[in-house]
Amino acid sequence: MSLRVERPGMLTSLQDLGRYGYQKYGVVVSGAMDSISLSIANLLVGNKENEAGLEMTLMGGSFLVEEDLLIAVTGGDLAPVIEEESIPLWRPVWIKKGSLLRFRASRSGCRTYMAVAGGFDVQEVLGSKSTYLRGELGGLKGRALSAGDKLTCGGAAHRFQHLKSSAGAISFAATAWHVNPEPFINLKETVIRVIRGGEFDYFTESSRDRFFKEDFRITPNSDRMGYRMEGTPLEMTDSFELLSEPVTNGTIQVPKDGNPIILLADRQTTGGYPKIAQVATVDLPLLAQKKPGEIVRFKEISLAEAEQLYLRQELQLEKLKAGLSLKVDETA
Amino acid sequence: MGENIVGDKPDTQMKPLGDSGILLQFGTEISPDVHEEVKAFTDCIEANSFPGFIECVPAFTSVTIFYSPLLVFQMYKGKGKPEDLSPYSIVQSILQERLKSLHTSKRREKRVVDIPVCYGGELGPDLEAVAKYHQLTPEEVIDIHSQAEYLVYMIGFAPGFPYLGGMSEQIATPRHSSPRLSIPAGSVGIAGMQTGVYPISTPGGWQIIGRTPINLFYPDKNPPTLLTSGDIVRFKPISIEEYKEYKETVL
Repeated sequence: MSLRVERPGMLTSLQDLGRYGYQKYGVVVSGAMDSISLSIANLLVGNKENEAGLEMTLMGGSFLVEEDLLIAVTGGDLAPVIEEESIPLWRPVWIKKGSLLRFRASRSGCRTYMAVAGGFDVQEVLGSKSTYLRGELGGLKGRALSAGDKLTCGGAAHRFQHLKSSAGAISFAATAWHVNPEPFINLKETVIRVIRGGEFDYFTESSRDRFFKEDFRITPNSDRMGYRMEGTPLEMTDSFELLSEPVTNGTIQVPKDGNPIILLADRQTTGGYPKIAQVATVDLPLLAQKKPGEIVRFKEISLAEAEQLYLRQELQLEKLKAGLSLKVDETA
Repeated sequence: MGENIVGDKPDTQMKPLGDSGILLQFGTEISPDVHEEVKAFTDCIEANSFPGFIECVPAFTSVTIFYSPLLVFQMYKGKGKPEDLSPYSIVQSILQERLKSLHTSKRREKRVVDIPVCYGGELGPDLEAVAKYHQLTPEEVIDIHSQAEYLVYMIGFAPGFPYLGGMSEQIATPRHSSPRLSIPAGSVGIAGMQTGVYPISTPGGWQIIGRTPINLFYPDKNPPTLLTSGDIVRFKPISIEEYKEYKETVL
């Protein structure tokens, strides 16, 4: 099975759940910005949740489907269509060969994920298929997709064959059922839950206060490495140089200009700016769906709360996985 | 240095890095002794990890352990009510146990790696500013920077980026107040008491004083980096002509 890229969209890259195990060599983790949406897209087509899928940003690409294909689209809504007919999200979709699948501008969210049954056939680099753009590592030759690229897919189109017959003369068919994304990610939510960072106490009292009370805007200088935020600048009680130490997905560091930077999927492995807070893992997918220009507010929760929220979400995902594997196997 | 028991050190502190990481702090100052403790603990945890362990990242004075809260929880959920079980506390007590039996190893023979650097000019746009900051000439900054032997304390920030210790306080310079959006691969920089080389093009806040033509990251090798923690680095000043010549022969 294969797909040909007609237009790549604004930024489309192959991403799995990340390149772990090499951070001590400075190798950046990368992976899907919204890991929940990628995981669910994979589960919907019968893949392992950490298989690589396409991550499209703000403006999606168009793809010529060269052989019959089973896909699932999740995450933000980049309005996918075939011949002006909308492709529904959060469910398996069978597509007839020769169809042109087009994604357009974002109707909601910032990033959309497309998984194909069997996964995309690219070489793993240091144990992952994720693209790390700055390091030109992984994915398709370490870069974003461009027009003319051909992506081969793993197969497994035998699943959901009934969709093919129900499609008849039409180019695609989707299941009547879908996964409800709301328990996992509610795109309308603007509050991002955080726990205190290692250097929280080094900020002035009024800055600590403002951090949780005022709005922050995601600036256009934001990308997969991090979101640069803008608000009333935050101040430290004393200026000091921190020894570089590891940072992680969702670490909020504050350089001297006082504007916080939230480190995300393509973050560096270590950093030296003071960390005011850390986004709770459970809210990272939601943050990744926020567009530059949008406003968010930070809410403090305890480490124990962050852990409980995370465990609840993971257990919910496990339940979904069990349910979906029954549905997907039935149709094999 | 002989065997040295680290366990029960009162200054080893632990703090969370979010809800899936834990940072162990072995000291507050960069020193070869603290480096040995960091290395010993990293080796110990890698050789004898725990269910849910993902990886550990050594730094100047700390080691960060990344773990899957779900796997840690699932491994221990028989032992208490779910709401009472904190994966952080579980990992914390595992690490405390490991600390008790930790020994630093005897110092090994260190590998020495020479890195050619073309200082100043277009390739080192902050050299003049660093010199001015310390009321030195650019040549003095180059001499001070290239006459020291540096210990690779950690690799981090970007693939293969070495954090080096041993830089003279005479040229220690604060970072830029806002990081540059892009710094070219090979750039040699200073940040506070630290110095290092950017292996790939990336944003960053360091003062850039020169550039090396050699490669520090090889994704198809394992380990994928020229330098590893514990190596010794020496910088060798080269002219712009030598820099260009090197680039041409490699390409």
